[in-house]
Amino acid sequence: MSTPVRASLMITCLADVLYPEVGERIVRLLRGLGVTVEFPAGQTCCGLPLFNSGYHAAAADVARRTVKIFDEAGYVVVPSGSCAWMVKHEYPGLLKAPAARAAAARLAARTYELSQFLVRVLGRRRFRSAVAGRLTYHDSCHLLRGLHEAESPRALLTELGGVELVELPGSDECCGFGGSFAVRLPEVSTAILDKKLANVEATGADCVVACDAGCLMQMRGGLSRRGSRVRALHLAEVLGEPA
Amino acid sequence: MSEPDLATPFRERAGQALDDRFLQEALTIATTKFITLRREAFDAFPQGEALRDQARAIKEATLQRLDHWLEMLIDNVERRGGHVHYATGADEARRIVLDIARRTGARMAVKSKSMATEEIHLNDALEAAGVTPVETDLGEYIIQLAHERPSHIIAPAIHKTKGQVAELFRRELNRDAAPDPEVLTQIARAELRQKFLQADLGITGANFGVAETGTVVLVTNEGNGRMVTSLPRVHVAVMGVEKVIPSMTDLAVFLAILARSATGQKLSVYTSLVNGPRRGGELEGPEEFHLVLLDNGRIRQIAGPLREALSCLRCGACLNVCPVYRQIGGHAYGYTYPGPIGILLTAMLNGPGSVKDLAHASSLCGACVDACPVRIDIPRMLIELRRELDEQRIAPWPERVVFGAFAWLLQRPALYRLSARLGRLLQRPLARNGRIRRLPLFFGSWTRTRDLPPIAARTFHERWAELEREARR
Repeated sequence: MSTPVRASLMITCLADVLYPEVGERIVRLLRGLGVTVEFPAGQTCCGLPLFNSGYHAAAADVARRTVKIFDEAGYVVVPSGSCAWMVKHEYPGLLKAPAARAAAARLAARTYELSQFLVRVLGRRRFRSAVAGRLTYHDSCHLLRGLHEAESPRALLTELGGVELVELPGSDECCGFGGSFAVRLPEVSTAILDKKLANVEATGADCVVACDAGCLMQMRGGLSRRGSRVRALHLAEVLGEPA
Repeated sequence: MSEPDLATPFRERAGQALDDRFLQEALTIATTKFITLRREAFDAFPQGEALRDQARAIKEATLQRLDHWLEMLIDNVERRGGHVHYATGADEARRIVLDIARRTGARMAVKSKSMATEEIHLNDALEAAGVTPVETDLGEYIIQLAHERPSHIIAPAIHKTKGQVAELFRRELNRDAAPDPEVLTQIARAELRQKFLQADLGITGANFGVAETGTVVLVTNEGNGRMVTSLPRVHVAVMGVEKVIPSMTDLAVFLAILARSATGQKLSVYTSLVNGPRRGGELEGPEEFHLVLLDNGRIRQIAGPLREALSCLRCGACLNVCPVYRQIGGHAYGYTYPGPIGILLTAMLNGPGSVKDLAHASSLCGACVDACPVRIDIPRMLIELRRELDEQRIAPWPERVVFGAFAWLLQRPALYRLSARLGRLLQRPLARNGRIRRLPLFFGSWTRTRDLPPIAARTFHERWAELEREARR
């Protein structure tokens, strides 16, 4: 028997505090696939909000400690495409000292967003569905254009038994979250969101799936405010037992 | 929407745009059409992707030796009998054009679409000097009639519906016309024909300046560019210094992707190659040709953080796909160049302080990078600008304090976890049925239009011990 795959969960700030059930679901999902899941202590946030707003010295401090926390980890699995992008694309450049930069590059190479980890690392794409009805998928900007990943989530959702996947018109268009953008320019952010939600509702889907806690917070916030019957769910919440 | 004043804060300008029903209708129709046309054009052009890379490489290589290529361009324009002027700033550029107008006794100038002349506010200067500027691109003609500025780099009147244009023609030209683009175009055409014949001066921009031949290239769709460069006695082209390209072979690469990115056309209807003034034996063309090379903050950026923006072809593709531009249009940005690339160009022309708010007018979604024919990484430069705003302490101090405190907290995991518990206490009076509908102060920015999830009864950190036990069972 081969050695079991070791993976550390990088929970990220939003999932930790607002959507812990997503983290819980990921832990059980990975364990169900024979992965040994670890959760290194001392995690906070990847620093993306600081980086995107231009606070790069602060973002580098956060990156340095995060790299250290995950130094002993095997694979690192992240529930959000944007945080995975931050670690993979920005950490090495933020850290100037050669040793820290090398460690950041090593971490970047082992870090995966959840759908990528399932499909590209584990080669697992068949799961039973944890929900019923019709699903549609929203491409998170950082996952799609930052990590160039459109296929893995769709592969998982297409193979999902018992549900129907419909393509979302304008699935690659931003939901209007954009981190601090959502509160700096709330009216514009909401106008973008309204367009997204109109597209979602036009598909007749019961549920829109995303791979980023930021998009989920935005879309759920809008759906709940307009009293919609559509639910916005994280990928981990629709993947049931391995099939 | 009339153009907002820069004294109005950006957020308010954007809000006015969101409330403008006509603007919303016009923007949705036009940007959706542009996006579809661009996508179809590249889908049917498999070599397009490689040409985009090649175009970017040409731009980069040209920037490496910009002085060399500019010198070659100048030599070759002069060899063909043209005059070349160099303007460091907008002031100087205006003065150069006005001197030419004065010396040649010009009373009327016909113009083809040019963002460079918008950038230096040439029309106001011409009018003040007694020279009547007449915009001859249909969109520019419309907005000149309306006393506005372009709201899109290639579609200046994109913010107007056909109904509004018919109303404008009725008011300004006393012509009663149906809101039918064809009818309206005929009216403009008849009006403009007279101006072409009367004008002494033709003013254009330049899409490219080909160094090896001294050729100024104009890419247009209406034929007005050709009239402007051939009928008046004098032709003045105003060109940003970064528009120089080495050779005709390079030009072919750019032409293959420019119109496809802008309008989805294989080529624009007219590609005019202007080779200086009329020479002996030629039947048409101006007696004098002037090329005004415009720096206006560009040269400094060759070694600056906005260097990549010097590769911009001004196709407007990034505007069409930008979720923010699609909601607020061009005028709300408040400067000559709107949209994502416009924020960078505004910073280039007016310094980072001018984009204190605009630098944040992006969700950093990256759609612009995908649409840009030369793949300019606009989000990266927006982040760079934000960094500059932070480091030069231009960003407002409350924001710097909040982010400073956040960074401090992120490096103290015990306090970070404690703050989640504290938040849970504070939210008690606010959370109902698993959601927060209203928050005070700054946080209200979110909850005015969206619900917020409450901090979970148990965070993931608080659940982990149990999950660990579960694994051991």
